[in-house]
Amino acid sequence: MATAFELDLTFGREVQTRSGAPVLRCYFCQKCTAGCPVAYAMDYKPAQVLRLIQLGQRDVVLSSSAIWLCVGCEACGTRCPNQIRLAPMFDTLRYMALEEGYSPDPAVYALHRSFLDSIRLWGRVHELTMLMEYKLRSPFGSDLLADIRVGLTLLLKGKITHLPERVRGLAQVRRLYKEAERRSSTEVET
Amino acid sequence: MSRIGLFVCHCGINIAATVDVERVAEVVGRDSHVVFATDYKYMCSDPGQQLIKDAIVEHGLDGVIVAACSPGMHEKTFRATAAAVGLNPYRCEIANIREQCSWVHQEEPERATEKAIEIVRTMVEKVRRDEDLVPFELPITRRALVIGGGVAGLEAALSIASAGYPVVLVEREGYLGGKMARLSGTYLNFEAAPDLLQQRVGRVLNHPNIRVLLNAQVTGLEGYVGNFKAEVSGSRVQIPGSNLKPEAPKPETLEVGAVVVATGWDPYPLERLPEYGGGRVPDVIDGLAFEEMLRPGGELRRPSDGRVPREVVFVQCAGSRDPERGVSYCSKVCCMYVAKQAMMFKERVPEGQAYVFYIDIRSAGKGYDEYVQRAMEQHDVLYLRGKVSKIFRRGGRVVVWGADTLAGRPVEVEVDLVVLATAMLPSRGAIPLAQTLHIQTDGYGFYNEAHPKLRPVESLTAGIFLAGAGQGPKDIPEAVAQAGGAAAKVLQLFAQEAMVQEPTVAYVVEELCAACGACVAVCPYEAREIHPVRGIATVNAALCQTCGACVVACPNKASRIHNWEPGQVLAMADVLTEMSS
Repeated sequence: MATAFELDLTFGREVQTRSGAPVLRCYFCQKCTAGCPVAYAMDYKPAQVLRLIQLGQRDVVLSSSAIWLCVGCEACGTRCPNQIRLAPMFDTLRYMALEEGYSPDPAVYALHRSFLDSIRLWGRVHELTMLMEYKLRSPFGSDLLADIRVGLTLLLKGKITHLPERVRGLAQVRRLYKEAERRSSTEVET
Repeated sequence: MSRIGLFVCHCGINIAATVDVERVAEVVGRDSHVVFATDYKYMCSDPGQQLIKDAIVEHGLDGVIVAACSPGMHEKTFRATAAAVGLNPYRCEIANIREQCSWVHQEEPERATEKAIEIVRTMVEKVRRDEDLVPFELPITRRALVIGGGVAGLEAALSIASAGYPVVLVEREGYLGGKMARLSGTYLNFEAAPDLLQQRVGRVLNHPNIRVLLNAQVTGLEGYVGNFKAEVSGSRVQIPGSNLKPEAPKPETLEVGAVVVATGWDPYPLERLPEYGGGRVPDVIDGLAFEEMLRPGGELRRPSDGRVPREVVFVQCAGSRDPERGVSYCSKVCCMYVAKQAMMFKERVPEGQAYVFYIDIRSAGKGYDEYVQRAMEQHDVLYLRGKVSKIFRRGGRVVVWGADTLAGRPVEVEVDLVVLATAMLPSRGAIPLAQTLHIQTDGYGFYNEAHPKLRPVESLTAGIFLAGAGQGPKDIPEAVAQAGGAAAKVLQLFAQEAMVQEPTVAYVVEELCAACGACVAVCPYEAREIHPVRGIATVNAALCQTCGACVVACPNKASRIHNWEPGQVLAMADVLTEMSS
């Protein structure tokens, strides 16, 4: 019959405090889900993730693919009638998942890492080298050349540049990284 | 020979686009009894009415026919127009050529015009034979009877009494305050219900214009608006702190001019919810029982073992919105009082947890939705959207099986106490009382209002008004507002010098009456009876609604209606049979 499941009501408060998104306010109008460009690929849709947080389903949420698929476009947060900004909430959920030892989808994790590395290196994204890093980080070697045609076309049309350019404020960008790393390491410790 | 004026209205294009109004005026105008006939764009407008007035004076008319919309719309208007220039208003009649002709025959304008002519010609035959009639006046007993001493009854009684009229307040129980007297506090502002009520009850008990009868019931009601006789059994008992002397219970007859029915509600019985453990599991209680635990002086403890509950489940729509097992309507107040009870519980037991199972949250009202949101956000009340399927005991606790449809999962919660927000039923005495008062109820036993939109505080019986949850589920502010409205209607009645009654009612031709009683049996308004001494049927003109049932039933043609005489009706029928032959 009915499946019992633990209702850990501290989880919702924790997510709310860390992300600043008032997740307990959600009344499930599903407007976020209706406009999400990646909801089709998520195992739990954005509104369902909110509900699972309210119900204290820590394990289900932190092991879901949804939290890794959010691209942070903020369509949901902009539209939410309850001022719940879902993108920072998804960021928080990703931190929590990493802190608690959940392994993310390897391809998604590789993309996030490559993106951040590219910015740390150049101060902005350089698509060509970022994608090269992504391909090397990706666990599926057979896909190594999968996007080469698209890449070549973009390159020939001048849509992406051959050589990376550094931004002038690179030192400041790197300082941001240092600060973020310092904060997250103290958070992990506490 | 009569001197009738005919006024055919275009009603813009409502009539004129289908019916050839000029032709109607021309054809019927040839009748020897019609001395003036015309048509006009809008007869009900000021120039239209002036046209009628001028013609009455100029042509010395002794009858007026306005061929226009339904008499329900403008009969009063045009009769007043005629009366303004000295014509007896009952010689002005409406020929309905809109609702009963142009609107329903738009596809066939020629035949519609023929029909309009027939309708108007029947009216010529009627108006020819109309007599001058005079409305009669009836006295008014300026005393009100309020049935029910809950928050609605108290408000109605106070409003009427404060306007200077005597009120008799009849309460079935031995105390005033009704269901509100059992509540802990009100939602939105958490004001303690006993404090709010005590002041009202005190004002009622000490009001010089209000007589309170407790343990009392209305057992009979006769008469009509302005002149009722109510049979009341009951007593006035000593109330602590009041200066009222106890009175022995004795039946008495009260003369009153108006009645306010404010008999309130009763909760849906727990025993009728066996799937929720109602009546079986001691720690499954209803909302009123939980209110008593939360009241000052009450103790928040489980009925089974007296322990303070740590976790509580509230089940909304217990019996409501359940056509299969309960009632199909929404009880309206539960969403709000459950939010209140959950928050009050959390204040008493801050480390406790409250769960609410609901189908929808219906929190329409000023500040209501924000209040429910506050329960969720600030008091961590967990709302689970889904109807509970089963509630049963496991060890010393209560298990609730439900679902969370938002997450798409079944849920099982094990708690200490379950509160069922049971449906609001009409008071158990409502149906017999409605029969006593001759007012209608719906299928559930809620009193029917005269019109669901525009006459929400009146019953269909003149002089009997409705207030509070007896008319339908409502919360305290709504009940108080409706009671104020009912009181205003009573005062509107009492403010008249006398009641004016339409003279177009039934009467008896005494020499034809055989006192067979057929009219008494068919009258739906109890307006007919056989005179005990004279041996003829009589008409109580104040009760007669001109339905004509007695006229049809009378074998001797002794029962008649003024200005609907047999000769008039037959002449009207003759017109139609001549024309169709």
